[in-house]
Order: sequence, then structure tokens, then C-alpha cells
Amino acid sequence: MIEVRGLHKRFGAHTALHEVDLDVARGEVVVVVGPSGSGKSTLCRCLNRLETPDGGVIRIDGAELPEEGRALARLRADVGMVFQSFNLFQHKTILDNLTLAPVRVRGLSKDEAERNARELLDRVGIGAQAEKLPAQLSGGQQQRAAIARALAMRPKAMLFDEPTSALDPEMVGEVLDVMTDLARDGMTMVVVTHEMGFARQVADRVVFMADGEVVETGTPAAFFDSPTSDRARDFLAKVLSH
Amino acid sequence: MNVITDHLSEFGDGLLLTVELTLLSLAGALVAGIVVAAMRVSPVRVLRAAGMAYVEVLQNIPLLVWLVIAVFGLPEIGVIAGLFTTSVVVIVLYQGAYTAEAIRSGINAVPAGQGEAARALGLTFTQSLRLVVLPQALRTVVQPLGNIAIMTLMNTALAAAVGVVELTSAANRVNLAEAKPIWIFVTAGLAYMALSGLLGLTTGVLERKWAILR
Repeated sequence: MIEVRGLHKRFGAHTALHEVDLDVARGEVVVVVGPSGSGKSTLCRCLNRLETPDGGVIRIDGAELPEEGRALARLRADVGMVFQSFNLFQHKTILDNLTLAPVRVRGLSKDEAERNARELLDRVGIGAQAEKLPAQLSGGQQQRAAIARALAMRPKAMLFDEPTSALDPEMVGEVLDVMTDLARDGMTMVVVTHEMGFARQVADRVVFMADGEVVETGTPAAFFDSPTSDRARDFLAKVLSH
Repeated sequence: MNVITDHLSEFGDGLLLTVELTLLSLAGALVAGIVVAAMRVSPVRVLRAAGMAYVEVLQNIPLLVWLVIAVFGLPEIGVIAGLFTTSVVVIVLYQGAYTAEAIRSGINAVPAGQGEAARALGLTFTQSLRLVVLPQALRTVVQPLGNIAIMTLMNTALAAAVGVVELTSAANRVNLAEAKPIWIFVTAGLAYMALSGLLGLTTGVLERKWAILR
């Protein structure tokens, strides 16, 4: 489904990603963990080319990511993305946030798009908020709306870039619940997160990154119980000690 | 006071022409401003350069010079248009440069995540600009656009210099006949103040109505 080979990305003199390989099978949930600055968000943002890679190949469903333009827009429509800062369109109601792309990109009728949108909002538990503006919702509700907005495009895969990092602690659970349901329904997911509980319970595979490289990859049980690299052991000692 | 009441129709005609000049120029400048601002943030280098050149050339030559060039220069190369039309086009292009810069600052004030989210959903760059970024950008620059609108109103007086009989020119003509400059030009000034007051009020209403909750 997603195939990454030799991915390279620099920001000025800083190398953010170095020779990264990654494969995500259809229906697989891959959780990417690692210390801040390890390149995991950059990797996630390269997968739909919000960051332009400096080298390497990314294939989605066998097709190489095209240059910026219509073809890339079409491909992005099939890959949902959820951001740390929600990024709901501030000037539109929650319902309009969900219908904009299905109407403009998929060519759905307004009625059909609204019907789908309301279904999705019910599914993530915020059906009553449809007519409100994003700023009138709590962070957890906004992030659930953002997930619903991505799902409204009926994507083949979903990317999550630290979806709970900007949330108050009491709202993390409601967002992770929605993501867990999504994983159970068989969605292909790449999740960059610091939520180790989620990684352990929901991931099919954990990818550990440090200094722009994939250091270790394995099942959650293998990674959390018997990490093979020093950097992973060091990381786990820090995040699991409290 | 008689000097005003005796010439009400001249004042009225001048005022009407000033209002027409202003409204047409504002509408045109808004369109030009949006197009040029979009060019200036475009991913296409040629468009960015063209947008920048436009702003630099228009802003760095006085409006009066542009008006004189257009009114006296264009006929020499075979472009013939009425004084009013020529003045509107020149004011539109000139104020369009200032409008573009105000709108561009609004675009820069929209968080980058908004455009990213739009593109991540499959919208093209143009769609994300038109449907997501610009609507938010325009709402944040209502106040500076209001100032530009008032500046546009004031600048329509320069059309008097190239023969358009708008309010200032009408007042000047009345004064040539009556020689009562204080009464006549204070009256014209008060009319400008009233118009700019209206523009200011409109700006305030729009700003409150379109404020974005963040």
C-alpha cells in the first residue's frame, strides 16, 4: 500500500531523514515513535508530499508520488491526514468542513455530502456540533471533527501526525478511541505519536526512529518488552518511567 | 451661503461623479488586488515575479503622473478612451497595487496549517487559495482595506487634474465664477468627510460581521 525507499530530506544543513525505508501493508496499523526531532513527523508529511523529499522513492498503491499539481492532488484525496493542530477551516462550520472536499474534489452533490458528513460526525460522537464553528468546540471535539473530515473523502489510508499532542490530557482518550475503532475497521494507518499505550495495544508494527533514521521495527510486544538497540532502550526508559 | 445653494446642481453632479469614480475604482481595485496577491503567493516563479513587478512599478510612481501619462500618452499610441474611463482604469490599477499588498499580508496571517489541510484533502493550490485561505485572509484585512478605500476616495480628486469634473473640479469651476474659495472648498471638504465617514462606518460593520473566531 505504502512503500518508501531511501527517503532523504534536508532542512538547510540539517538532515531530517536519512535513507528511510518503510512498508505499510493494506489494513496495517504502523505506529511511529521516537524522540523529538527524530524525523517522524517529517516522514509522515513526506508520505503525501506536504514536505517535498530531497531523494528516494515513495509509492502509494504502486504509483510513485507525482510532482505538485493535479495528479498529486488526486492522490492526496485518497490519503487522509490528521494534524497535531487540527487545522479545521476556521471560517466554516463543522459540517462545511466535512463537505468542502467531497463536493469540490469528488464532485458529490451537496445533499449527499451532508448526509455522509452527518453520519461520520455521529460515528465520532459529535453529531450535535455540526452547525458550530471550530472555535466553539473543545480540542478533543475538534480533533474528532478533523478525523471525520479526512474520512469524508473515503481515503484508502490515513496519516496521523501527533494527533493528541496538542490536547489536554482528559481529551486524549476520546480521540484515541476513535482511532482505535478505525484501526479495528481495517483502515490502513500510519500514526506518529507519543502515546505508548496506543502503540502497544493498537499497532500491528512499531517503527522506532532516532536522528532521522529508522533504528528498529517490530511488533509492539517485541519492541516494548525486548528492544534490541541502545537508543530504543534509552528512549523507552525515559518515556515509560513515569 | 447663497453661493452653495445657487450652485447645488453643479455640486450635486460633481459629488455623483466622485461617488461613481470611487465605487468603480474600489470594485476594480479589489479584483486586481486579489489577482495580484494570488500571483505573489503562487508556487510559479514567473507569476510571483510579475506580481512583484506590478506592485513595485505602480506604487513607486505618483498617481497624478500615471493619470497624465494615460490621458495624454495613450492617445499618442492610438488608444482612445473617455476621460472618465481612463481615470477609473488608472485608479483601479494604482489602488490595486496597495490592495494586493494588504491582502498579501492577510494571506500571510492565515496559519500555514489551513492551506496544508486543504491540500491534504486533495484540493489544488488554486482551490485551497480560493476556498480556504483567501476567505480568511480577506476577513483579517477589512480594516486596512477600509483605509485603502478612503485613500481611493481622496485620490479620485486627482482626476480633476486631467479634466474629469468630479467634486473638486466642480468646486473649482464654481469658485472661478463666484470667487468665494472658503465657502466653496469647505463645502467640498465636508462632502468628502461625509463620504469617508460612510466608508469608515461600513468598514466597522463588516469587520464585526466577518470577524473570525479562533
